[in-house]
Amino acid sequence: MQRDSADTAGLVIDPLGLQALIERLASMGFRVVGPALRDDAVVYDDITGIGDLPQGWTDRQEPGRYRLERRQDDALFGYAVGPHSWKKFLFPPVETLWSARWDDKGGMAISPPETSQDKFAFIGVRGCELHAMAIQDRVLAEGDHANATYAARRQEAFIVAVNCGQAGGTCFCVSMETGPKVESGFDLALTELLDGGEHRFLVEIGSDAGAQVMEEVPSAPASAVQIEAAAAVVERTAGQMGRSLDTNGIKELLQGNLEHPRWDEVAERCLTCANCTMVCPTCFCTTVEDHSDLTNQSAERVRKWDSCFTMDFSYVHGGSVRSSTRSRYRQWMTHKLANWIDQFGTSGCVGCGRCVTWCPVGIDITEEAAAIRATPGGKGEA
Amino acid sequence: MMQAVMPPRDPMVPDVYRVSRAQSELAGVVTLEVEPVSGNRPAGLPGQFNMLYAMGIGEVAISISGETPRGFVHTIRAVGAVSGALAGMEEGAVLGLRGPYGTGWPVAEAEGSDVVFVAGGLGLAPLRPAIEAVLAARERYGRVTILAGCRSPREILFRHQLEHWRQRLDVEVQVTVDHADTEWRGNVGVVPSLIRRAAFDPDDTYAFICGPEVMMRFSATALQEANLPAERTFLSMERNMKCAIGLCGHCQFGPSFICKDGPVMALDRIAGILAMREI
Repeated sequence: MQRDSADTAGLVIDPLGLQALIERLASMGFRVVGPALRDDAVVYDDITGIGDLPQGWTDRQEPGRYRLERRQDDALFGYAVGPHSWKKFLFPPVETLWSARWDDKGGMAISPPETSQDKFAFIGVRGCELHAMAIQDRVLAEGDHANATYAARRQEAFIVAVNCGQAGGTCFCVSMETGPKVESGFDLALTELLDGGEHRFLVEIGSDAGAQVMEEVPSAPASAVQIEAAAAVVERTAGQMGRSLDTNGIKELLQGNLEHPRWDEVAERCLTCANCTMVCPTCFCTTVEDHSDLTNQSAERVRKWDSCFTMDFSYVHGGSVRSSTRSRYRQWMTHKLANWIDQFGTSGCVGCGRCVTWCPVGIDITEEAAAIRATPGGKGEA
Repeated sequence: MMQAVMPPRDPMVPDVYRVSRAQSELAGVVTLEVEPVSGNRPAGLPGQFNMLYAMGIGEVAISISGETPRGFVHTIRAVGAVSGALAGMEEGAVLGLRGPYGTGWPVAEAEGSDVVFVAGGLGLAPLRPAIEAVLAARERYGRVTILAGCRSPREILFRHQLEHWRQRLDVEVQVTVDHADTEWRGNVGVVPSLIRRAAFDPDDTYAFICGPEVMMRFSATALQEANLPAERTFLSMERNMKCAIGLCGHCQFGPSFICKDGPVMALDRIAGILAMREI
């Protein structure tokens, strides 16, 4: 389907239009997921309308610190990112792979689980998060072997992105070139406009599916002033980054500093709690668990999110390869910022800042990278 | 009529195999021949591995130690719950199998050159299919040397096969033990000491090493000291493995995934981190 120039220029909806959009997606059979307030945080959960959104709330984020605060306005997307990412829907933390049972003839019958696949519509996906999805696509869906359930969920997902109107204290998407403006990979992209007493959303259409959905949603063509105001929102956010990370030559920098004394220093603080890997929108490591009934007549195999910060992660007969905290932090950070580039042609970091915010001791990946850059020379790969 | 479209086969779902022969090798070490319950087994290369599943207990990565017309051969040491269950299997037992996965020994690439096999302990098992492939086309290779080390004479794996190979006039076989008993009249010491005495042309030799990581590291060093280029020195690496298809992240070794970039890797690719602790 061709889109005419009015579509390309953009449409404008008000909060009731957003309500109509959510209802329209639900009526199309999508499980609609968006931001909601739970446990003093903005999390991603099932929503039925704009009443579920964190209206008038924002978040204050610093290393090891996250607090909700009231805003001066009624913004629906006036926060940065919370502890959840969309990963938990596309790539569930626990997933049954198959079940096995002994058949009548003493053979083993292995069958995939009987599950109905949810078709997701995501409301409020940020630029960094779109990039995180694209990175997980490369890892989980575009290699020699694919995670089929991930690939199917990803293909069916309808994505309503949001340009960030406010950066968090731990954000550094500008450094990672992943935001704050969403560039591609969405069906619809919203920019929340709150100036001049009006509450509007500029809607940018990113796909034919997005255009079709908007046909059923009351909207008006965007004015030049509104388009300009939306551009200003993104520009203002880009200037508010709480952190920055110098990515110039970072692969060689980290791979060449594997014996840097900074790893010992950060190990003094790191608790190996795995929080950073659980909140990271790109971390993909998993383990498997085997369960059986008491008589071992039937069994199942379950895949679960895992973390390179655990001792079990690197266990081989005789012990764990990475038993020290130093080696486990080094593995995580060098994988994320350096080895990922060798493996998948992209950094594993999108600059969302979650690992910084949700670290209980406030370890800041940007600060650790800067410390190694400031005093390179530790022994590394030849 | 519409044909039902089969979804692509999920690489995490094992095929069902049956043990056609179980043979005890050493204390706690068993060789299993396994065949698919239905259909043919996929092709495998010397050096590759399979994921073997014991019902309700779990899955482990085990190298291929040989092949039969219909199946794979695996040599397993009982060291944990899964390997213990597998090593306890008898003829007729049913298990799951996924694979083969990973890289193989560059047996074809080594044609025309001298070949040195360096095995430590159970490391002879993943080398055996490569040794057999080379000996099956013996005229295509230069000098062939098999160096095997183990802890004690009682722990020499494939002892009869080693003796059989030794009886050939066109293969040099040397076995060494860490600790001799009163009957042992052979070499005593670690495998790298055998490398120093082995005859090969360093300008035209391929070395295939398999054993505990520390043994492979010292063997690689001894080969480097003998002027063998790192790009013709191959090691079979081991790391924790859950998926074997590059999706679970467990087997990372620097930028490599041992499951798909390995297990067989050229020394020049990993030399920078091989001696590094806890990589």
